[in-house]
Amino acid sequence: MADIAANDAFTEKIPKRTHPLVQFIRAQPLGFVGFLIVLLYFVLAVGAAWISPYHPEAVDFGAMLSAPSAEHLFGTDQYGRDVFSRLVYGSRTALAVGILSAIFGCTIGALVGATSGYFGGWVDNVIQRIVDIMLSFPIIVLAMVVVAVLGRNMIGGIDANLIVAIALPMVPKMARIARSSTLSIAQMPFIDAARAAGYSHARIVLRHIVPNIVAPYLIMLTAFIAQAILLEASLSFLGLGVTEPTPAWGLMLSGSSADFYQAAPWMILFPGLAITLAVFAFNLLGDSLRDWLDPKMKV
Amino acid sequence: MLRFGLVAVVGALAVAGSSLAEAQTPKKGGTLNFAVVAEPPTLDCHAVTTFAFAHPALPHYSKLLKWKGDFNNLKIVGDLAKSWEQSPDGLTYTFKLHDNVKFHDGAPMTSADVKASYDRIVNPPEGVISARRALHSDIGSIETPDAHTVVFKLKKTNASMLTHFASPWNCIYRAEKLKEDPTFPTKTILGTGAFQFVEYVKGSHWTGKRFDDYFLKDRPYLDGYKAFFVKSNAVVTGMIGSQFDGEFRGRSPKERDQIMAAMKDNATLVEGPWVSNLMFTFNTKKKPFDDVRVRQALTMAVDRWAGSEALSKISMLKYVSGMLRPGYEYGLPMSELEKLPGFSKDIEKSRAEAKKLLAEAGVPNLKVKLVNRNVAEPYTPGGIFLIDQWRRIGVEVEHSQLETKLFFDAMKEGNFDVLVEFISDFADDPSAQFDKLLTNEKSSQAAANHGDKKLDELFDKQAGEIDPVKRKAIVNEFERYALTQAYSAPLLWWQRIIVHHKKIKGWEHQANHFTATDLIDVWLDE
Amino acid sequence: MLGYILRRLLMVIPTLLGVAVAVFFLIRVMPGDPVVVKLRADGANVTEETIQAERKRLGLDQPLIVQFKDYMIGLTRLDLGKSLWTGQSVAGEIALRFPVSLQVAIMATLIAVIIAVPLGTLCAIYRDSWLDNVIRVVAVSGLAIPGFWLGMLIILGLLYFFNWLPKIGYVSIFEDPITNLSALFWPALSVGYRYAAVVTRMMRSALLEVMREDYIRTARAKGVYERLVTRRHGLRNALLPVVTVVGLEFAFLIGGLVVTEQVFNLNGIGKLFVDATARGDFTLIQGLVLLIATVFVIVNLLVDLLYAALDPRIRLT
Repeated sequence: MADIAANDAFTEKIPKRTHPLVQFIRAQPLGFVGFLIVLLYFVLAVGAAWISPYHPEAVDFGAMLSAPSAEHLFGTDQYGRDVFSRLVYGSRTALAVGILSAIFGCTIGALVGATSGYFGGWVDNVIQRIVDIMLSFPIIVLAMVVVAVLGRNMIGGIDANLIVAIALPMVPKMARIARSSTLSIAQMPFIDAARAAGYSHARIVLRHIVPNIVAPYLIMLTAFIAQAILLEASLSFLGLGVTEPTPAWGLMLSGSSADFYQAAPWMILFPGLAITLAVFAFNLLGDSLRDWLDPKMKV
Repeated sequence: MLRFGLVAVVGALAVAGSSLAEAQTPKKGGTLNFAVVAEPPTLDCHAVTTFAFAHPALPHYSKLLKWKGDFNNLKIVGDLAKSWEQSPDGLTYTFKLHDNVKFHDGAPMTSADVKASYDRIVNPPEGVISARRALHSDIGSIETPDAHTVVFKLKKTNASMLTHFASPWNCIYRAEKLKEDPTFPTKTILGTGAFQFVEYVKGSHWTGKRFDDYFLKDRPYLDGYKAFFVKSNAVVTGMIGSQFDGEFRGRSPKERDQIMAAMKDNATLVEGPWVSNLMFTFNTKKKPFDDVRVRQALTMAVDRWAGSEALSKISMLKYVSGMLRPGYEYGLPMSELEKLPGFSKDIEKSRAEAKKLLAEAGVPNLKVKLVNRNVAEPYTPGGIFLIDQWRRIGVEVEHSQLETKLFFDAMKEGNFDVLVEFISDFADDPSAQFDKLLTNEKSSQAAANHGDKKLDELFDKQAGEIDPVKRKAIVNEFERYALTQAYSAPLLWWQRIIVHHKKIKGWEHQANHFTATDLIDVWLDE
Repeated sequence: MLGYILRRLLMVIPTLLGVAVAVFFLIRVMPGDPVVVKLRADGANVTEETIQAERKRLGLDQPLIVQFKDYMIGLTRLDLGKSLWTGQSVAGEIALRFPVSLQVAIMATLIAVIIAVPLGTLCAIYRDSWLDNVIRVVAVSGLAIPGFWLGMLIILGLLYFFNWLPKIGYVSIFEDPITNLSALFWPALSVGYRYAAVVTRMMRSALLEVMREDYIRTARAKGVYERLVTRRHGLRNALLPVVTVVGLEFAFLIGGLVVTEQVFNLNGIGKLFVDATARGDFTLIQGLVLLIATVFVIVNLLVDLLYAALDPRIRLT
């Protein structure tokens, strides 16, 4: 008996190799909740065709503005379209635009920032002035100007220029962060050593700099997805984003729905909740990722 | 038959309203407060094209002729002209002017002012914009035999000429001022209308007061008016809160219901058609839209009758009609319209036929790029409806809703398969409403790019035909042919819903939002 | 200090100049013809010739470089030109709408600061308690709720509970303060919520950081009451980063107003900006973007200077 007890005590002393996901759940329970909500949205987006009871664009004049019921879970809009189905399909639009533009904006920003920080000198100076200029616009103003300048360019039902417009305001922010991360690494002795050893810039950047900005990249990416979803909703609300009849949350709150929401509040209640919950979840996940990966980082 | 029946019912409503008004003796005094949902881009009558100018500013001006009556009982009457006559050959128009007309600065108005104003429209001097110059290009010369007679000589007969003399935009300016500075109308408001200009505060309001030297005795009834510039969706709260008593462009059905529910017996509702429609135009330079079968199939798939019933509850779209306003005497009767593609009442049969036509044309799985304007009313409901209708015959649609300026670019460059377009004129006039249906050589705003000369020929024939009976026959032939070829097809015509406080009397509901804005006969029952 | 101010001022000029140049060229490549929109949007049958005449009148037929020269010369005299759409001076168009937006922005800031400073302080003092958690969740939601949706909910709420809606049309606060405040409070609240959320979070983390500093520990060790420690030492030093956030967010508020003004029908610069982009009114967009960027840069500068005044170490870097 004593042997066994001793054995137990012994095994407990060896640190167990827990899965990183489990570590994350233990350290950041709120972040995990965020993660679960995000997962739910992914399920909705992927399974939209099976989950929605109706075609999201199907007009049904017999069911105009009906209140939530067993037939229409979240009611219908002024064209008799099923709000629930449009909401489910809307998660596709939100995730597609949100993720694509966040990846696009973050990657460009990281490259620009790393270049700026690594080379320094006049390159840094020029880039930083441009970043300054871009940062002196509120994001929505910058996005609106970009939408106006680029016009529309539909690829597979999604406006590629909308993605550019949403991504662009993120570039300077990511560039700032990537630059400071790069600067702190570039001063490290091992980088000098690598330079002295005659390695190419490309090799140094890929081998040493890039791995060190992965953490801020991931953190910013999550935060930017939240921001992108919000920005897409705002642009669609202003009639500058996604166009009818494509199901999109911001669009469901815009235009002529303003005429009807006082009489049919369900038309705006659910899409607004969908946006809020999605942004909330990505924010939560982003905050927790930051606390977990890089507690010192400030966004 | 049915179409006339429908209009007659709506018409009766309006007539009841106006005859009631006439039964009472108009009262003098009071200020009319109304809302205008946009601001004028310029102050020059001859350059401007929007109601945002017509509503606040036209009460300051007079024209040669004007439109009188409601939409179902409309006629041209004199404004500055006491009388007028047209020579038998249709080439000369002689106007006798009132002889007691004064400008707001006290100067008498004479035939020289009329001539100078029309010269400015026909041949604008450097730096002056004349938006409707082309419509007046048949005017050859303008003579003024005496101070109160004006004679217009035309180069060729023009069946629409009287319509243009009654155009709300052909304000008469003072010749002397125009001579000093041809652009003075962009800076100063100086007319002969029933109301004098008081002030225009941008973003806020425009006020006018009664002109005591106005040439008609006992007019106007009102002491003055105040136009509030507000956003369109602020009209309901503004009216319910009695900040103003009316808005005369037109409200949506939803807003009508909200106002009526809140104001109850204090509101007067006038509904009727609008000389505006939403239509869709095919890009005939692109395959397969050069094929008449494809075009016919796509118009046949649209259930206009069901759409009319449902959309009229949520949007400005309402009336089923051909290429001319529902109820207009020159339009094709409904019995004939029903035989043309897209107007059948048996939608199942019509859709089966449409699918068959698409299969025959070799495009059973058609994909369409629909270009529309990014304007909520009525373009968005029109687009959503059209896409849904086409989905039902297996046509997949990519909806591209563009900002107005990008829309015009796409239209010009032919960057569309189908374009959602609109017609909006100040009067029923085949020459105006058919213009977009012509070839590109003939019309600067035709988008179908079809090159079908037959339409141009019929158009020219009706435009110069001054015998109404003969003109009607040609107009019918044009409409029949245009609807069969379906380079463009009408979706639905708009409804104009006006709700105002019941104390406003003498206001006329015409089928457009540009005319009948001079407020001369409007009075307040309070 | 003077040297620092001069140095910072000198850096502002190239940034604003860059904005001015970038905006000019960016807008000129904007597709679509504003003159066509102006003359044809309402359905008028206007000939190409008329459109060309109007282009000429507006000076849009000039080569780009000439237009650029005129624009830059105008800027040196603070002349932003005339709106292509209304023909009125851009400065006048903006001046007409600026008071509304400014007032909403200031009210939102007040709402945010009044709510956020005490809440953030509570969070930091009762760190990780249920109170802290509740406030943090509310704050994170504040970052997630779209301002325009919150505005719609507020309108619905007002209608449902009070059967009342704010009167439309702007009345100056000096003319009729009650009407003015009852109309502008709601939009200020709907943008202020997000603002309060940001500031609360900043307040909390700044206070927590400060409380870990050595001098706080010293004060505590000396036996100073906890409440006094927080008030005397903690709050004062934590306010520094909070001031930064308040400053930065104030400039962004002007952007947030773009959407909120639509919901509440306010005739402010946000609505003007939406209208101007829809019409492609070059000169007006230029003027507005310049104004917004200038506000942003100046607020940034003020924040920096305030910082420098409070913390002498910064001036050296």
